[in-house]
Amino acid sequence: MAILVTPQTRVLVQGITGSFGATHTRLSLAYGTHVVAGVTPGKGGQRFEDKAPIFDTVTEAVRQTGATVSVIFVPPPFAADAILEGVDAGLDLVVAITEGVPVNDMVKVKAAMQGGKTRLIGPNCPGLVTPGEGEKSHGGCRIGIAPGYIHKRGGVGVVSRSGTLTYEAVWQLTSRGYGQSTCVGIGGDPVNGTSHLDVLKMFNDDPETEAVILIGEIGGDAEEKAAEWAAEHCKKPIAAFIAGATAPPGRRMGHAGAIVSGGKGTAAGKIEALKKAGIAVAETPADMADTLIKRMKS
Amino acid sequence: MNIHEYQARELFQKFGVPTAKGNVASSPEEVEAVAKSIGAPKLVVKSQIHAGGRGKGRFANGFQGGVHVCGSPAEAGEIAWKMLGQPLITHQTGPEGRVVNKVLVVEAIEIEKELYFAIVLDRASSAPMIIASTEGGMDIETVAASTPERILREPIHPTLGLQPYQTRKLAKQLGLTSAQLPAAGKLFTAIYKLFIACDCSLLEVNPLVVTKAGEVMPLDAKFNFDDNALFRHPEIVAMRDVLEEDPREVAASRFNLNYIGLDGNIACLVNGAGLAMATMDIIKFYGGDPANFLDVGGGASKEQVAAAFKIILGDKKVKGILVNIFGGIMQCDIIAAGILAAVQETALGIPLVVRLEGSNVELGKKMIRESGLAVISADTLADAAQKIVAAVEAA
Repeated sequence: MAILVTPQTRVLVQGITGSFGATHTRLSLAYGTHVVAGVTPGKGGQRFEDKAPIFDTVTEAVRQTGATVSVIFVPPPFAADAILEGVDAGLDLVVAITEGVPVNDMVKVKAAMQGGKTRLIGPNCPGLVTPGEGEKSHGGCRIGIAPGYIHKRGGVGVVSRSGTLTYEAVWQLTSRGYGQSTCVGIGGDPVNGTSHLDVLKMFNDDPETEAVILIGEIGGDAEEKAAEWAAEHCKKPIAAFIAGATAPPGRRMGHAGAIVSGGKGTAAGKIEALKKAGIAVAETPADMADTLIKRMKS
Repeated sequence: MNIHEYQARELFQKFGVPTAKGNVASSPEEVEAVAKSIGAPKLVVKSQIHAGGRGKGRFANGFQGGVHVCGSPAEAGEIAWKMLGQPLITHQTGPEGRVVNKVLVVEAIEIEKELYFAIVLDRASSAPMIIASTEGGMDIETVAASTPERILREPIHPTLGLQPYQTRKLAKQLGLTSAQLPAAGKLFTAIYKLFIACDCSLLEVNPLVVTKAGEVMPLDAKFNFDDNALFRHPEIVAMRDVLEEDPREVAASRFNLNYIGLDGNIACLVNGAGLAMATMDIIKFYGGDPANFLDVGGGASKEQVAAAFKIILGDKKVKGILVNIFGGIMQCDIIAAGILAAVQETALGIPLVVRLEGSNVELGKKMIRESGLAVISADTLADAAQKIVAAVEAA
């Protein structure tokens, strides 16, 4: 089953004509993802490389193509508006790839989305991939910017705040013959749409997902919350890794959310919470897959 | 981004937050003129640098203290003469200190009571939150640890904003009198408006003082701005003082690189913040010590790699370099070409371990192997970390 998206999911791209959006739309199409529409205000009526129609608004795109999921590549000043447009159009899922969205914009967007049916992933995230059955996982649903070929269809769910560290985990799994159900990058910003816990709950309910890799980093308490819940409710094997054990306090480590301040959000605190919940914690980022495999066999 | 105390005062004044009488000055003559115009019996001369611990700091010329109370404009001028142009060394500046180019001259306030008032972005509720305490003038983390009951938390609704009843509630909890409620309400609301209007991620007033005359006003403030929102605040960007920042970090930001200098001797160059942190961690795990955090972004270009090498090599402590690129959709051969060009251009004389993953990885590795340059190739993250630690130890 996978979570959030399947190889049949119909996807639209907001900001399809920008260079970043266009590049990744091409890669998703080549991977076999059903990109059925693009949205760029002012370019309605044109086509994206003869593969998908372009619309002026998300509502029109949804009505005419049946898209249920949107991926956003628009620049930061317009990202909040783009997310809210997707919500207004009644999409199931909006995935905001855009890096550098002002936190205040996200505070308002999150408040506006409360109680609605749309789920947001991101912003500042690599997106998500449900691998396909074909060669190098072709035929899957690739939403965002992750390299498709590193995946393999299978039973491990991956959730992470960081992009390239997710690829590292996925590649370790694939290299050892372990496939993935869905890989979700939730993004590195302090205010985001979907948390580790949200994704973990979905993996727990998904019959195809047999085990989970949870990748966190310093800052906030999202990993602790996921661990607390997992201790009580999740019977599936989980392995985790927390990046930033060597980061000095008070310095923002690249991601807007990755900062240890006031003694909170340290790697040590997170690792302790995870271990207490019975989650296997990888000692180094090179052991993420091996730690999970060991836990699955124990 | 950070700003100076005098700039924080300017923002306060713009939003109607009361401040002590005074002004900023950059020469002893100016200081005297400002002091005269204040016309107060007691004055304070404050060095303007970004680092904390100014009061207990020491100047390179031996003069003690970056903050001084004095009794006349002439005395203020003399003090400024000893401060201006001199490096001030505090526990936050490092041994070289920071040169004081401006001082703030203000009337000395007779303090009745010191409070703490801050607005932060609370991640858990995804909304701003007020943190306040009757224990002002102290390190708030110490207060939170020793007397958590003295920390007040007031969540602010993300769209409604701070409500008048909340300001009254806070004022009473902070021990202000009924007569002080209107002024305190106005003050809290003005600080909140400033927090939102300037896209702050932290606005900390410590101390917020009650004067002997019964007035409530901020005495010092710390601002952190959301870097992501600076595009819509040219007036705040104009306050940036690059002399206060690590020159390597300033150079890195020009190439869209995210660099943070650390104390170790193994430099790392990585794409993606999470993987960059993880690379530092694994170097440490194998007994090495990372010299920096460096994220070249999800899609590193040849130019960025070249610039990153120059910045890394500007740190004389660096005894080895680990490059870890999970190219993904980028072509490894192109990255390899960028690395090799940088190695030749900088005439690299220290060990370099390169770990590449992604499309065309075999071609990329072959290019490195056949380049004739002393570059050590690694297959996995663990392999790379072990190789660079061993190479640096052997050197």
